[in-house]
Amino acid sequence: MTVSNAGNETIAKSEPSGSSRVIKDFFRSPGAAIGFAVLIIICGLAILAPWISPQNPYDLMQLDIMDGRLAPGSESMKGLVYHLGTDSQGRDILSGILYGLRTSLTVGVVSAIAAALIGTSAGLFAAYTRGRIETGLMRLVDLQLSFPTILMALMMLAVLGKGVTNVVIALIIAEWATYARTVRATALVEREKEYIEAARMLRLPGWRILLRHLLPNCLAPVIVIATMQVARAIGLEATLSFLGLGASVTEPSLGMLISTGYQYLLTGLYWISFFPGVALLITIVAINLVGDRVRDVLNPRNAS
Amino acid sequence: MTSLLSVNNLVTEFGGGKGASGLRAVNDVSFKVERGRVLGLVGESGSGKSVTGFSVMRLLERPGRIASGQIIFDGVDLARLSNEEMRQIRGKRIAMVFQDPMMTLNPVLTIETQMVEAVRAHDQVSKTTARQRARDALGLVGIPNPEERLSSYPHQFSGGMRQRVVIAIALLHKPELIIADEPTTALDVTIQSQIISEFQKLTEESGTAVIWITHDLAIVSRLADDIAVMYAGRLVESGPVSSVLTDPKHPYTAGLIASVPSRNRRGVPLRQIPGMTPAITMLPRGCSFRTRCDRATDECLVIPPLFPQQERFVRCFHPVMKAMT
Amino acid sequence: MVTSIIRRLFQALFVILAMTVIVFIGVSVIGNPVDILINPDANQVERARVIAHYGLDEPLWKQYFIFLRGLAQGDFGDSFVYGRPALGLILERLPATLELAIAALGIAIVIGLPLGLYAGLYPSRISSRIIMTGSILGFSLPTFWVGLMLIMIFSVELGWLPTNGRGPTLEFLGGQWSFLTSDGLRHLLLPAFNLALFKTSLILRLTRAGVQEVLPQDYIKFARAKGLRERRIIAVHVLKNLMIPVVTIVGLEFGSLIAFSVVTESIFAWPGMGKLIIDSINLLDRPVIVAYLMMMVLLFVVLNFVIDTCYTILDPRVRLDSKA
Repeated sequence: MTVSNAGNETIAKSEPSGSSRVIKDFFRSPGAAIGFAVLIIICGLAILAPWISPQNPYDLMQLDIMDGRLAPGSESMKGLVYHLGTDSQGRDILSGILYGLRTSLTVGVVSAIAAALIGTSAGLFAAYTRGRIETGLMRLVDLQLSFPTILMALMMLAVLGKGVTNVVIALIIAEWATYARTVRATALVEREKEYIEAARMLRLPGWRILLRHLLPNCLAPVIVIATMQVARAIGLEATLSFLGLGASVTEPSLGMLISTGYQYLLTGLYWISFFPGVALLITIVAINLVGDRVRDVLNPRNAS
Repeated sequence: MTSLLSVNNLVTEFGGGKGASGLRAVNDVSFKVERGRVLGLVGESGSGKSVTGFSVMRLLERPGRIASGQIIFDGVDLARLSNEEMRQIRGKRIAMVFQDPMMTLNPVLTIETQMVEAVRAHDQVSKTTARQRARDALGLVGIPNPEERLSSYPHQFSGGMRQRVVIAIALLHKPELIIADEPTTALDVTIQSQIISEFQKLTEESGTAVIWITHDLAIVSRLADDIAVMYAGRLVESGPVSSVLTDPKHPYTAGLIASVPSRNRRGVPLRQIPGMTPAITMLPRGCSFRTRCDRATDECLVIPPLFPQQERFVRCFHPVMKAMT
Repeated sequence: MVTSIIRRLFQALFVILAMTVIVFIGVSVIGNPVDILINPDANQVERARVIAHYGLDEPLWKQYFIFLRGLAQGDFGDSFVYGRPALGLILERLPATLELAIAALGIAIVIGLPLGLYAGLYPSRISSRIIMTGSILGFSLPTFWVGLMLIMIFSVELGWLPTNGRGPTLEFLGGQWSFLTSDGLRHLLLPAFNLALFKTSLILRLTRAGVQEVLPQDYIKFARAKGLRERRIIAVHVLKNLMIPVVTIVGLEFGSLIAFSVVTESIFAWPGMGKLIIDSINLLDRPVIVAYLMMMVLLFVVLNFVIDTCYTILDPRVRLDSKA
C-alpha cells in the first residue's frame, strides 16, 4: 500500500459498491477461496453421484456380500476396483460417500433454509407487532436456546421416532430460535430508524414495510447464521445417524457408514469409518471457512 | 543545566517499517520541557499531539512506532531504552493522566488493588505500607474518606472523582514529569475548573513538570508557561505562553486564538478558520496549512522550516505581524 | 441481591413448568400415549390397568395434572426394559456422566484458556495462526468420528488405552466413580479428551476474542503507564476481565457437555445417562426418555441459576447494581 503525504489533493478513489464489493472482499482471503472451491467440487460430486459413482450403494442387487470388507484398492469378482474398500455388505465405500454427501448436503441445506424461513418470519413478526405475541414468542425462543441443539434434537426424535425426515424436522425445530432472536434484535434496531418512521408516515401498508424495509436489513445476519448452520446441521445429522437415529442401514448417510464401520475398527478394518469421516470433515471445514469469511465480509464493523 | 525533557526531530509512524514509510502522525517534532515548568501542547484532534505524548511514554499501540528522533529525558534517550528500563521510568519518573477517567481505571478491580500495584511496581514495600501511601495520596487529591474509598470500585465514583483517583495514582511516586492528555475534556465545566486548580497546586508544590495536551487555549493560558502548537503532525509554533497568545506569528495559531468564543464581543460573528483539517493520509504539498491560509503564496509549496524568532519558533514564510491581528 | 435471587428462583420454576407442558404435549399429544406408556408386549389386562393408572381416559388437563403429580413424587413409571423405576436408573448412571463431563471441562479449560490467551496476546505470530487454524478444525471435526480415530490410534494401533467401559470404580458420596482408581482413570482419559475437543476450541476462541477486546482498552494502557510489569497486566488486568465471559460460557457449556456426552458415551460404551437415553430411544423405553428429559431440564435450570449467581459475584458492576 502506498501512502503519500504530499501532492495528493484528490479524494480517495471511489470503492465499488454493494454486492461486487462483498464478492471481491470475500475472495481476498485465500482460506475462503479454497473453501469455496472445495465446496463447489463437493456439491458437484454430490449432484453427479448417480452418474459418476462406480456402483449404486442403495441398490442391494448390485452389492455382493462376497465382496464384503475388502481393503482399499481391492478388485471385485466382476473386475470393479474398490478404491476406498468396501463395507460389511460389500458396498463400495467411494460410492457410499458420494451418495452420502447427497444426503448430508440435502439435510444441511433444507433444514437451514427451512429454519431460516421460520425463524426470520417469527423474528420479524415479533419485532413488528410488539406486545404480548412478541413477549410470548421470545420467551419460547429464550427457553429453547437455553438447551443445547443436540438435546432438542434428541427430544424431538424421542417423540417423532427415527428416520432422516424426522432428523430434518428435529433440526428445524432445534434451530429456528437462533434466527428468530437475531432477526428480532436487528429489526428492533432498524425499526427505530427514520426511514421506517417515514414509511409509516406515508401510510405504507404494514406488510410492505416489513418485506421491503425491515427484511432486507435483517438479511445479512440471517445469511451468516444460515451458512454456519448448514455445517452444524450436517454434523448433527451425521451424529444422529451414527447414534442410529437417522438414516437407515440400507440407505446409509455418511454418519451411518461411519457407524457401520465402528464395530470393525477394533479388528483393524479402518477404512469403513475413516474415509466417510474424512469426507464429512472436509465438507464441514469448507463450509466453516466460507462461513467465517461471509461473517467478516458482511459485518458492518469490518466494512471500512 | 539541561532540560528535563528534550524531544528532537521526533517522527512517529503508523505502519511502514523496513525502509518503507508509514503514516506520519508525528512529523519532525522538537520541543523542550524545563524542570517544574508546564508546557501546553495544543492542536486539533488528529494533529498528533496525543501521539506525541504516547511516544514519549513509549506506549504506542501497534502499528505505531517511533521511526526516528530522540526523546532525551534527564540525559537519557528514551527511544533507545530497553522495555524493562522504560518500564522502570513509566509511572515512577514520568506519569500520565488520560483523557477519559471513565475508561482509565479497570472496572473489575478495586481502587486499592490498582493503587497498591502502582506503588509496588517500583518500590519494594509491604502491602500495608503501599496501602498507606495510596490512602494518603487519595487524601491529597481531595477525596473524602480515603480509607473507605480504597475498597470501592471505579464505577462507584463520579467522573471528577475518578480523575482525582487517576491523578493520585500519577502522583504516587512524585514523578519529575506528568503527561496529561486532555484530562478535563470529558468532565463537566465546574469539575474541570476544580481539577485544573488541584492539579496546578499539586504539581507546583512538588515541582513536577507537566506536558498538558489540550485543544483548549483557555486552559493553556491559565496553566502553562510555554506553548507548542501542532498542526497535521508538525509543530507550527512554540514559545512562552504570554507572547504566543498575545502575539501569534503563525496564521494557524492566530486563527485558533481568534476563534475562542470568549474573546469575541456579543453580536460580532465568531471568527473561524476556513476549510477542514486535512487527514494525514492526504496532506497538501508543502505547508500543510496552505490550503486554508489566506497568506499562502507559491513559496508555501515547499515545507517551511522552523524559523527562530527570539525565544520562539514559527514554521511560516509569511508570519502574522502584530498590527494585523 | 436477595430479591434478585428470589426473582430468579421464580423464573427457574416457571421454566421447569413450561418444559413439563412441552414434554407432556410431546409425549401425550404428538405421540400416542398408549404406545408411549405401555409396554407393547403387555396384555389386555395390563393395558387397562396402565390406562387407568395414568388416567389416559381422563381429559387432557386432568392427565397433565396426573403427570405433574407423578413428577413431583419422582415417579416416571417403570422402565419397560429393566422393569425398574426410570428415575432410579437415571440417577444410578448420573455419576458416570458427571465424571466424564467434569473431566472434559477440566481438559478444555486447561488447554483452551492458555492457548487462547497466547493467541490473543500475540495474534501475528505464526504459532498463534496455527492455534487458530487448529481451533477451526476442532470446531469442524465431528466428535463421534474423532472418538473412533482416538480408539483406532491409541487402542488399536498403540494399545495404550482401553476402548470401552469405566474400568474399576470406587464408592464415594453414594455413587460409583472411576477417577478414584488408576485403571478407571485410564478408561476415563480417551472419552474425556474426545468430549473436550469441541469445548477446547470454543474456550480458546472465546478467550482470544476476550483478550483482543480487553487489550486496546484505556485501562490496560494506563496500567502500562503505571509501570506495571507485563506479567501482572496479563495475570490481573486482562484475566480478571476475561473471567466473566469465560465463567458464563464454562457454566453454560457444562450443560451442553452432559447433553453431548450422549455421543461419547455411545462410542466408548461409557455406562452413563447418555448411553442409557440412546438405548432407550432405540428400544422405545419411554418412561426412561421422559425421566431423562426432565432431569436435563432440571439440570439446565439449576445450572443457569448458578451461573447467574456466579456472574453477580464476579462482576462488581452487576453486583452493586442489583443491590441498589
